[in-house]
Amino acid sequence: MLEITNLHATVGGKPILNGLTLHVPAGELHAIMGPNGSGKSTLAYVLAGRPGYEVSEGGAGFDDRDLLAMEPHERAAAGLFLGFQYPVEIPGVSYLQFLRESLNSQRRARGEAELSGAEFIRLARAEAAELGMDAEMLKRPVNVGFSGGEKKRAEMVQMGIMRPRFAVLDETDSGLDIDALRTVGAGINRIMRGPDKGVLLITHYQRLLDYVRPDKVHVLSAGRIVRSGGPELAQELEREGYAEAAA
Amino acid sequence: MTALPTRKLEAYRYADIDALASVWSELAAPETIEIAAQQRLQQIWLPSGDEIEVRRAELVLEPGAELALFALNTARHYGRIELDVTLREGARFTLNAANIGTGKANLEIVTTVRHDEPDAVSRQTVRSVLGGKAVGSYLGKVAVARGAQKTDGEQSVKAMLLDRGATANCKPELEIYADDVKCAHGATVGELDPSQMFYAMSRGLDPAGARALLLEGFVMGLWDDAENGDAICEAARATLRAVA
Repeated sequence: MLEITNLHATVGGKPILNGLTLHVPAGELHAIMGPNGSGKSTLAYVLAGRPGYEVSEGGAGFDDRDLLAMEPHERAAAGLFLGFQYPVEIPGVSYLQFLRESLNSQRRARGEAELSGAEFIRLARAEAAELGMDAEMLKRPVNVGFSGGEKKRAEMVQMGIMRPRFAVLDETDSGLDIDALRTVGAGINRIMRGPDKGVLLITHYQRLLDYVRPDKVHVLSAGRIVRSGGPELAQELEREGYAEAAA
Repeated sequence: MTALPTRKLEAYRYADIDALASVWSELAAPETIEIAAQQRLQQIWLPSGDEIEVRRAELVLEPGAELALFALNTARHYGRIELDVTLREGARFTLNAANIGTGKANLEIVTTVRHDEPDAVSRQTVRSVLGGKAVGSYLGKVAVARGAQKTDGEQSVKAMLLDRGATANCKPELEIYADDVKCAHGATVGELDPSQMFYAMSRGLDPAGARALLLEGFVMGLWDDAENGDAICEAARATLRAVA
Protein backbone atom coordinates (compact mmCIF):
# COMPACT_ATOMS: atom_id res chain seq x y z
CA MET A 1 0.00 0.00 0.00
CA LEU A 2 2.80 2.39 1.00
CA GLU A 3 6.11 1.57 -0.60
CA ILE A 4 9.11 3.69 0.34
CA THR A 5 12.32 2.86 -1.46
CA ASN A 6 15.80 4.16 -0.69
CA LEU A 7 14.41 7.57 0.29
CA HIS A 8 16.89 10.39 0.72
CA ALA A 9 15.65 13.80 1.80
CA THR A 10 17.17 17.09 2.85
CA VAL A 11 15.84 20.01 4.83
CA GLY A 12 17.55 23.33 4.27
CA GLY A 13 20.30 21.48 2.39
CA LYS A 14 20.98 19.19 5.34
CA PRO A 15 20.51 15.45 4.69
CA ILE A 16 18.01 13.96 7.16
CA LEU A 17 16.77 10.79 5.48
CA ASN A 18 19.56 8.61 4.14
CA GLY A 19 18.19 5.65 2.22
CA LEU A 20 15.01 4.74 4.04
CA THR A 21 13.19 1.68 2.75
CA LEU A 22 9.85 0.63 4.20
CA HIS A 23 6.84 -1.30 2.98
CA VAL A 24 3.47 -1.11 4.73
CA PRO A 25 0.98 -3.54 3.13
CA ALA A 26 -2.77 -2.91 3.29
CA GLY A 27 -4.32 -4.02 6.55
CA GLU A 28 -1.19 -3.37 8.63
CA LEU A 29 -0.14 -0.85 11.21
CA HIS A 30 3.56 -0.18 11.52
CA ALA A 31 5.21 1.76 14.30
CA ILE A 32 8.35 3.80 13.75
CA MET A 33 10.36 4.56 16.83
CA GLY A 34 13.62 6.37 17.19
CA PRO A 35 15.49 9.00 19.12
CA ASN A 36 15.15 12.74 18.61
CA GLY A 37 16.70 13.88 15.36
CA SER A 38 16.55 10.47 13.72
CA GLY A 39 14.27 11.80 10.95
CA LYS A 40 10.82 10.65 12.12
CA SER A 41 9.01 13.95 11.55
CA THR A 42 10.92 14.57 8.34
CA LEU A 43 9.60 11.26 7.04
CA ALA A 44 6.04 12.32 7.95
CA TYR A 45 6.42 15.69 6.23
CA VAL A 46 8.02 14.22 3.12
CA LEU A 47 5.13 11.76 2.79
CA ALA A 48 2.58 14.58 3.14
CA GLY A 49 4.48 16.90 0.78
CA ARG A 50 5.53 19.79 2.99
CA PRO A 51 7.38 22.47 1.00
CA GLY A 52 11.04 22.69 1.94
CA TYR A 53 11.45 18.94 2.43
CA GLU A 54 13.40 17.99 -0.66
CA VAL A 55 13.67 14.44 -1.88
CA SER A 56 17.11 13.98 -3.43
CA GLU A 57 16.95 10.25 -4.20
CA GLY A 58 14.59 7.30 -4.01
CA GLY A 59 10.82 7.36 -4.03
CA ALA A 60 7.53 6.60 -2.39
CA GLY A 61 4.51 4.93 -3.96
CA PHE A 62 0.96 4.96 -2.64
CA ASP A 63 -0.95 2.06 -4.17
CA ASP A 64 0.18 2.34 -7.78
CA ARG A 65 0.72 6.07 -7.74
CA ASP A 66 3.89 8.10 -7.36
CA LEU A 67 3.19 9.81 -4.05
CA LEU A 68 6.00 12.32 -4.38
CA ALA A 69 4.68 13.62 -7.71
CA MET A 70 1.44 14.75 -6.09
CA GLU A 71 0.62 18.06 -4.38
CA PRO A 72 -0.32 17.88 -0.68
CA HIS A 73 -4.05 18.30 -1.40
CA GLU A 74 -3.91 15.58 -4.07
CA ARG A 75 -2.35 13.22 -1.54
CA ALA A 76 -5.20 14.00 0.86
CA ALA A 77 -7.79 13.31 -1.84
CA ALA A 78 -5.99 10.04 -2.66
CA GLY A 79 -6.61 9.00 0.94
CA LEU A 80 -3.45 9.99 2.84
CA PHE A 81 -3.80 11.70 6.22
CA LEU A 82 -1.06 13.27 8.30
CA GLY A 83 -1.71 13.61 12.02
CA PHE A 84 0.47 16.56 12.98
CA GLN A 85 2.87 16.51 15.89
CA TYR A 86 2.18 20.22 16.32
CA PRO A 87 -1.27 20.99 14.91
CA VAL A 88 -1.41 24.48 13.45
CA GLU A 89 -3.64 27.28 14.75
CA ILE A 90 -5.77 29.21 12.25
CA PRO A 91 -7.36 32.26 13.88
CA GLY A 92 -10.64 33.46 12.41
CA VAL A 93 -11.58 30.13 10.77
CA SER A 94 -13.91 27.80 12.66
CA TYR A 95 -13.10 24.10 12.84
CA LEU A 96 -16.48 23.32 11.27
CA GLN A 97 -15.84 25.50 8.24
CA PHE A 98 -12.25 24.32 7.90
CA LEU A 99 -13.17 20.64 7.95
CA ARG A 100 -16.27 20.93 5.84
CA GLU A 101 -14.43 22.78 3.08
CA SER A 102 -11.49 20.38 3.31
CA LEU A 103 -13.67 17.29 3.16
CA ASN A 104 -15.78 18.64 0.31
CA SER A 105 -12.66 19.62 -1.59
CA GLN A 106 -11.43 16.02 -1.28
CA ARG A 107 -14.82 14.67 -2.33
CA ARG A 108 -14.94 16.94 -5.39
CA ALA A 109 -11.47 15.76 -6.39
CA ARG A 110 -12.65 12.14 -6.15
CA GLY A 111 -15.84 12.87 -8.09
CA GLU A 112 -18.05 12.28 -5.05
CA ALA A 113 -21.04 14.38 -4.00
CA GLU A 114 -20.35 17.12 -1.46
CA LEU A 115 -21.89 16.93 2.00
CA SER A 116 -24.51 19.51 2.89
CA GLY A 117 -24.08 21.66 5.98
CA ALA A 118 -26.51 19.52 7.96
CA GLU A 119 -24.93 16.23 6.87
CA PHE A 120 -21.51 17.51 7.74
CA ILE A 121 -22.51 18.74 11.19
CA ARG A 122 -24.06 15.35 11.99
CA LEU A 123 -20.84 13.62 10.96
CA ALA A 124 -18.64 16.05 12.91
CA ARG A 125 -20.76 15.73 16.05
CA ALA A 126 -20.68 11.95 15.90
CA GLU A 127 -16.90 11.85 15.49
CA ALA A 128 -16.34 14.38 18.27
CA ALA A 129 -18.53 12.29 20.58
CA GLU A 130 -16.61 9.09 19.72
CA LEU A 131 -13.37 10.82 20.67
CA GLY A 132 -14.69 12.45 23.83
CA MET A 133 -14.43 15.97 22.48
CA ASP A 134 -17.09 18.59 23.24
CA ALA A 135 -18.70 19.34 19.86
CA GLU A 136 -18.94 23.01 20.88
CA MET A 137 -15.16 23.19 20.44
CA LEU A 138 -15.66 22.69 16.72
CA LYS A 139 -17.28 26.13 16.56
CA ARG A 140 -14.04 27.71 17.75
CA PRO A 141 -11.21 28.81 15.49
CA VAL A 142 -8.98 25.94 14.41
CA ASN A 143 -6.81 24.89 17.39
CA VAL A 144 -6.80 28.42 18.85
CA GLY A 145 -6.81 28.20 22.64
CA PHE A 146 -6.76 24.38 22.57
CA SER A 147 -4.46 22.62 25.04
CA GLY A 148 -1.83 20.25 23.67
CA GLY A 149 -4.03 17.26 24.42
CA GLU A 150 -7.11 18.87 22.88
CA LYS A 151 -5.21 19.56 19.68
CA LYS A 152 -4.21 15.91 19.40
CA ARG A 153 -7.74 14.75 20.08
CA ALA A 154 -8.94 17.18 17.42
CA GLU A 155 -6.49 15.63 14.94
CA MET A 156 -8.18 12.28 15.54
CA VAL A 157 -11.63 13.85 15.10
CA GLN A 158 -10.38 15.16 11.75
CA MET A 159 -9.16 11.69 10.84
CA GLY A 160 -12.56 10.27 11.75
CA ILE A 161 -14.29 12.81 9.52
CA MET A 162 -11.88 12.38 6.59
CA ARG A 163 -11.82 8.56 6.78
CA PRO A 164 -8.45 8.28 5.03
CA ARG A 165 -7.13 5.01 3.68
CA PHE A 166 -3.67 5.57 5.07
CA ALA A 167 -2.66 7.61 8.11
CA VAL A 168 0.77 8.84 9.08
CA LEU A 169 0.49 9.77 12.76
CA ASP A 170 3.39 11.88 13.97
CA GLU A 171 3.70 11.58 17.74
CA THR A 172 -0.01 11.71 18.22
CA ASP A 173 0.58 10.35 21.72
CA SER A 174 2.71 13.23 22.96
CA GLY A 175 0.83 15.64 25.21
CA LEU A 176 -1.91 13.11 26.05
CA ASP A 177 -2.81 12.03 29.55
CA ILE A 178 -3.61 8.38 30.29
CA ASP A 179 -7.36 8.67 29.60
CA ALA A 180 -6.83 10.58 26.38
CA LEU A 181 -4.24 8.03 25.31
CA ARG A 182 -6.79 5.24 25.69
CA THR A 183 -9.44 7.22 23.78
CA VAL A 184 -7.05 8.09 20.97
CA GLY A 185 -5.84 4.49 20.79
CA ALA A 186 -9.43 3.27 20.49
CA GLY A 187 -10.02 5.91 17.82
CA ILE A 188 -7.09 4.72 15.74
CA ASN A 189 -8.32 1.13 15.98
CA ARG A 190 -11.87 2.09 15.06
CA ILE A 191 -11.06 4.43 12.19
CA MET A 192 -7.94 2.94 10.68
CA ARG A 193 -7.94 -0.83 11.20
CA GLY A 194 -9.32 -2.68 8.21
CA PRO A 195 -8.15 -4.88 5.34
CA ASP A 196 -7.85 -1.91 2.96
CA LYS A 197 -6.27 0.54 5.39
CA GLY A 198 -2.81 1.21 6.67
CA VAL A 199 -1.11 3.22 9.40
CA LEU A 200 2.40 4.49 10.03
CA LEU A 201 2.57 5.40 13.67
CA ILE A 202 5.52 7.54 14.67
CA THR A 203 6.23 7.55 18.37
CA HIS A 204 8.90 7.93 21.00
CA TYR A 205 7.33 5.66 23.54
CA GLN A 206 5.84 2.25 23.82
CA ARG A 207 2.78 3.39 25.78
CA LEU A 208 0.41 4.09 22.85
CA LEU A 209 1.27 0.62 21.59
CA ASP A 210 -0.47 -0.79 24.68
CA TYR A 211 -3.70 0.30 23.01
CA VAL A 212 -2.79 0.05 19.35
CA ARG A 213 -1.07 -3.19 18.53
CA PRO A 214 1.44 -2.80 15.70
CA ASP A 215 2.04 -5.50 13.14
CA LYS A 216 5.63 -4.36 12.81
CA VAL A 217 7.97 -2.07 14.69
CA HIS A 218 10.88 -0.29 13.01
CA VAL A 219 13.75 1.61 14.56
CA LEU A 220 14.84 4.74 12.75
CA SER A 221 18.33 6.04 13.32
CA ALA A 222 20.26 8.65 11.35
CA GLY A 223 17.64 8.62 8.61
CA ARG A 224 17.48 4.88 7.98
CA ILE A 225 15.60 1.88 9.32
CA VAL A 226 18.20 0.02 11.36
CA ARG A 227 16.03 -2.70 12.88
CA SER A 228 12.60 -4.17 12.27
CA GLY A 229 10.63 -6.64 14.30
CA GLY A 230 7.29 -7.51 15.84
CA PRO A 231 5.53 -5.80 18.74
CA GLU A 232 8.08 -7.23 21.16
CA LEU A 233 10.71 -4.91 19.68
CA ALA A 234 8.89 -1.91 21.16
CA GLN A 235 9.11 -3.47 24.61
CA GLU A 236 12.77 -4.18 24.15
CA LEU A 237 13.36 -0.54 23.17
CA GLU A 238 11.44 0.65 26.19
CA ARG A 239 13.61 -1.56 28.43
CA GLU A 240 16.98 -0.99 26.91
CA GLY A 241 16.84 2.36 25.12
CA TYR A 242 17.56 3.24 21.53
CA ALA A 243 21.33 3.27 21.84
CA GLU A 244 21.41 -0.38 22.80
CA ALA A 245 18.68 -1.57 20.44
CA ALA A 246 19.96 0.29 17.42
CA ALA A 247 23.56 -0.80 17.91
CA MET B 1 -16.19 73.01 -7.04
CA THR B 2 -12.83 72.93 -5.40
CA ALA B 3 -9.67 72.29 -7.31
CA LEU B 4 -8.53 68.73 -7.91
CA PRO B 5 -6.15 67.78 -5.08
CA THR B 6 -2.56 66.81 -5.74
CA ARG B 7 -0.38 64.19 -4.12
CA LYS B 8 1.38 66.93 -2.22
CA LEU B 9 -1.59 66.93 0.12
CA GLU B 10 -0.99 64.41 2.86
CA ALA B 11 -4.49 62.92 2.58
CA TYR B 12 -3.90 62.27 -1.15
CA ARG B 13 -0.30 61.09 -1.12
CA TYR B 14 -1.21 57.60 -2.38
CA ALA B 15 -4.31 58.60 -4.35
CA ASP B 16 -4.80 57.84 -8.04
CA ILE B 17 -5.20 61.45 -9.15
CA ASP B 18 -6.10 60.54 -12.74
CA ALA B 19 -8.87 58.27 -11.57
CA LEU B 20 -10.00 60.91 -9.14
CA ALA B 21 -10.01 63.52 -11.94
CA SER B 22 -12.37 61.35 -13.97
CA VAL B 23 -15.02 61.54 -11.27
CA TRP B 24 -14.08 64.86 -9.67
CA SER B 25 -16.55 67.06 -11.56
CA GLU B 26 -19.53 64.91 -10.60
CA LEU B 27 -18.29 64.19 -7.09
CA ALA B 28 -20.83 65.47 -4.62
CA ALA B 29 -19.79 67.33 -1.52
CA PRO B 30 -19.06 64.94 1.32
CA GLU B 31 -22.18 63.33 2.67
CA THR B 32 -22.95 64.72 6.14
CA ILE B 33 -24.25 62.42 8.80
CA GLU B 34 -25.15 63.73 12.23
CA ILE B 35 -26.03 61.39 15.02
CA ALA B 36 -28.05 63.14 17.70
CA ALA B 37 -27.12 62.90 21.35
CA GLN B 38 -27.52 59.42 22.84
CA GLN B 39 -28.63 57.95 19.51
CA ARG B 40 -27.10 54.83 17.97
CA LEU B 41 -26.59 54.23 14.29
CA GLN B 42 -25.07 51.47 12.21
CA GLN B 43 -24.13 51.87 8.56
CA ILE B 44 -22.90 49.25 6.14
CA TRP B 45 -21.15 50.52 3.02
CA LEU B 46 -21.11 47.95 0.27
CA PRO B 47 -19.18 48.54 -2.94
CA SER B 48 -21.31 49.68 -5.88
CA GLY B 49 -19.35 47.64 -8.40
CA ASP B 50 -18.10 50.76 -10.19
CA GLU B 51 -14.52 50.69 -11.43
CA ILE B 52 -13.87 53.96 -9.67
CA GLU B 53 -15.69 54.64 -6.45
CA VAL B 54 -15.05 57.53 -4.09
CA ARG B 55 -17.10 57.90 -0.92
CA ARG B 56 -16.68 60.84 1.38
CA ALA B 57 -18.49 61.58 4.59
CA GLU B 58 -18.43 64.08 7.39
CA LEU B 59 -19.73 62.49 10.52
CA VAL B 60 -20.66 64.33 13.68
CA LEU B 61 -21.45 62.37 16.81
CA GLU B 62 -23.21 64.47 19.41
CA PRO B 63 -22.72 63.73 23.14
CA GLY B 64 -23.24 60.07 23.93
CA ALA B 65 -23.98 59.13 20.32
CA GLU B 66 -22.69 55.89 18.81
CA LEU B 67 -21.87 55.07 15.22
CA ALA B 68 -20.71 51.71 13.91
CA LEU B 69 -19.58 51.88 10.30
CA PHE B 70 -18.75 48.74 8.32
CA ALA B 71 -17.17 49.39 4.93
CA LEU B 72 -15.88 47.27 2.10
CA ASN B 73 -13.59 48.93 -0.42
CA THR B 74 -13.11 46.76 -3.50
CA ALA B 75 -13.33 48.94 -6.60
CA ARG B 76 -11.36 47.32 -9.41
CA HIS B 77 -9.54 50.48 -10.43
CA TYR B 78 -9.66 53.07 -7.65
CA GLY B 79 -11.56 53.04 -4.40
CA ARG B 80 -11.37 55.73 -1.78
CA ILE B 81 -13.24 56.01 1.50
CA GLU B 82 -12.69 59.32 3.20
CA LEU B 83 -14.09 60.10 6.62
CA ASP B 84 -13.94 63.19 8.75
CA VAL B 85 -15.37 62.32 12.14
CA THR B 86 -16.05 64.70 15.01
CA LEU B 87 -16.73 63.23 18.42
CA ARG B 88 -18.46 65.17 21.18
CA GLU B 89 -18.43 64.22 24.83
CA GLY B 90 -18.78 60.48 25.47
CA ALA B 91 -19.45 59.61 21.82
CA ARG B 92 -18.33 56.27 20.42
CA PHE B 93 -17.19 55.67 16.86
CA THR B 94 -16.32 52.27 15.42
CA LEU B 95 -14.95 51.71 11.93
CA ASN B 96 -14.43 48.20 10.59
CA ALA B 97 -13.23 48.31 7.02
CA ALA B 98 -11.43 46.23 4.42
CA ASN B 99 -9.50 46.98 1.24
CA ILE B 100 -9.54 43.90 -0.98
CA GLY B 101 -8.09 44.06 -4.46
CA THR B 102 -5.78 42.70 -7.08
CA GLY B 103 -4.54 43.69 -10.54
CA LYS B 104 -3.75 47.38 -10.52
CA ALA B 105 -6.39 48.39 -7.99
CA ASN B 106 -5.60 51.35 -5.75
CA LEU B 107 -7.70 51.23 -2.60
CA GLU B 108 -7.51 53.67 0.26
CA ILE B 109 -9.18 54.50 3.48
CA VAL B 110 -8.41 57.95 4.79
CA THR B 111 -9.78 59.05 8.14
CA THR B 112 -9.56 62.00 10.45
CA VAL B 113 -11.14 61.39 13.83
CA ARG B 114 -11.46 64.49 15.98
CA HIS B 115 -11.88 63.91 19.67
CA ASP B 116 -13.13 67.40 20.41
CA GLU B 117 -14.54 66.74 23.87
CA PRO B 118 -13.78 64.42 26.80
CA ASP B 119 -14.61 60.74 27.21
CA ALA B 120 -15.12 59.83 23.57
CA VAL B 121 -14.02 56.46 22.21
CA SER B 122 -12.86 55.60 18.69
CA ARG B 123 -12.02 52.14 17.38
CA GLN B 124 -10.70 51.76 13.85
CA THR B 125 -9.91 48.33 12.47
CA VAL B 126 -8.74 48.06 8.87
CA ARG B 127 -7.66 44.91 7.04
CA SER B 128 -6.19 44.91 3.54
CA VAL B 129 -5.75 41.92 1.24
CA LEU B 130 -3.72 42.81 -1.82
CA GLY B 131 -2.68 40.73 -4.80
CA GLY B 132 -1.14 41.49 -8.18
CA LYS B 133 0.14 45.05 -8.22
CA ALA B 134 -2.64 46.40 -6.02
CA VAL B 135 -1.97 49.19 -3.56
CA GLY B 136 -3.90 49.40 -0.31
CA SER B 137 -3.54 52.34 2.04
CA TYR B 138 -4.79 53.46 5.38
CA LEU B 139 -4.08 57.01 6.45
CA GLY B 140 -5.65 57.61 9.80
CA LYS B 141 -5.30 60.68 11.92
CA VAL B 142 -6.60 60.88 15.45
CA ALA B 143 -6.68 64.47 16.71
CA VAL B 144 -7.31 65.00 20.39
CA ALA B 145 -8.28 68.57 21.24
CA ARG B 146 -7.17 70.49 24.28
CA GLY B 147 -9.44 69.48 27.11
CA ALA B 148 -10.60 66.23 25.51
CA GLN B 149 -9.50 64.28 28.58
CA LYS B 150 -10.11 60.54 28.92
CA THR B 151 -10.06 60.14 25.18
CA ASP B 152 -9.72 56.48 24.21
CA GLY B 153 -8.59 55.91 20.63
CA GLU B 154 -7.41 52.75 18.93
CA GLN B 155 -6.24 52.01 15.41
CA SER B 156 -5.50 48.47 14.31
CA VAL B 157 -4.22 48.14 10.76
CA LYS B 158 -3.12 44.90 9.16
CA ALA B 159 -2.32 44.12 5.58
CA MET B 160 -1.75 40.82 3.81
CA LEU B 161 0.28 40.83 0.60
CA LEU B 162 -0.35 37.93 -1.76
CA ASP B 163 2.13 38.84 -4.49
CA ARG B 164 5.50 40.50 -4.63
CA GLY B 165 4.15 43.43 -6.62
CA ALA B 166 1.47 44.38 -4.10
CA THR B 167 1.96 47.34 -1.76
CA ALA B 168 0.47 48.30 1.58
CA ASN B 169 0.75 51.75 3.11
CA CYS B 170 -0.19 52.09 6.76
CA LYS B 171 0.03 55.45 8.44
CA PRO B 172 -1.65 55.87 11.78
CA GLU B 173 -1.08 59.39 13.10
CA LEU B 174 -1.75 60.97 16.48
CA GLU B 175 -2.05 64.64 17.30
CA ILE B 176 -2.72 65.07 20.99
CA TYR B 177 -3.30 68.29 22.90
CA ALA B 178 -4.70 66.78 26.09
CA ASP B 179 -2.68 65.09 28.83
CA ASP B 180 -4.99 62.32 30.08
CA VAL B 181 -5.67 60.21 27.02
CA LYS B 182 -5.23 56.63 25.87
CA CYS B 183 -4.35 56.27 22.20
CA ALA B 184 -3.03 53.01 20.77
CA HIS B 185 -2.14 52.00 17.28
CA GLY B 186 -0.69 48.92 15.67
CA ALA B 187 0.19 48.21 12.08
CA THR B 188 1.47 45.02 10.49
CA VAL B 189 2.12 43.91 6.94
CA GLY B 190 2.54 40.22 6.27
CA GLU B 191 2.06 37.28 3.99
CA LEU B 192 0.11 34.05 4.30
CA ASP B 193 1.71 31.74 6.84
CA PRO B 194 3.32 28.77 5.03
CA SER B 195 2.63 26.40 7.92
CA GLN B 196 -1.08 27.31 7.87
CA MET B 197 -1.11 26.84 4.10
CA PHE B 198 0.46 23.40 4.40
CA TYR B 199 -1.92 22.37 7.18
CA ALA B 200 -4.94 23.36 5.10
CA MET B 201 -3.60 21.65 1.97
CA SER B 202 -2.78 18.49 3.88
CA ARG B 203 -6.49 18.33 4.71
CA GLY B 204 -7.42 18.46 1.04
CA LEU B 205 -7.85 22.14 0.16
CA ASP B 206 -6.27 23.11 -3.14
CA PRO B 207 -3.92 26.11 -3.03
CA ALA B 208 -6.59 28.65 -4.04
CA GLY B 209 -9.11 27.17 -1.61
CA ALA B 210 -6.57 27.19 1.21
CA ARG B 211 -5.61 30.80 0.50
CA ALA B 212 -9.24 31.88 0.38
CA LEU B 213 -9.99 30.21 3.69
CA LEU B 214 -6.99 31.75 5.45
CA LEU B 215 -7.86 35.16 4.03
CA GLU B 216 -11.41 34.79 5.32
CA GLY B 217 -9.91 34.15 8.73
CA PHE B 218 -7.89 37.33 8.36
CA VAL B 219 -10.76 39.56 7.24
CA MET B 220 -14.15 38.23 8.24
CA GLY B 221 -13.89 38.99 11.95
CA LEU B 222 -14.47 42.62 10.93
CA TRP B 223 -18.16 41.91 10.41
CA ASP B 224 -18.79 39.87 13.57
CA ASP B 225 -20.70 42.69 15.26
CA ALA B 226 -22.63 43.91 12.21
CA GLU B 227 -26.39 43.59 12.45
CA ASN B 228 -27.79 42.19 9.22
CA GLY B 229 -24.22 41.74 8.05
CA ASP B 230 -24.93 38.91 5.60
CA ALA B 231 -24.55 41.05 2.49
CA ILE B 232 -21.18 42.48 3.48
CA CYS B 233 -19.98 39.00 4.52
CA GLU B 234 -21.03 37.58 1.18
CA ALA B 235 -19.51 40.45 -0.80
CA ALA B 236 -16.22 40.23 1.11
CA ARG B 237 -16.11 36.45 0.72
CA ALA B 238 -16.75 36.65 -3.02
CA THR B 239 -14.02 39.26 -3.48
CA LEU B 240 -11.56 37.23 -1.41
CA ARG B 241 -12.25 34.14 -3.55
CA ALA B 242 -11.54 36.23 -6.63
CA VAL B 243 -8.17 37.53 -5.38
CA ALA B 244 -6.97 34.31 -3.65
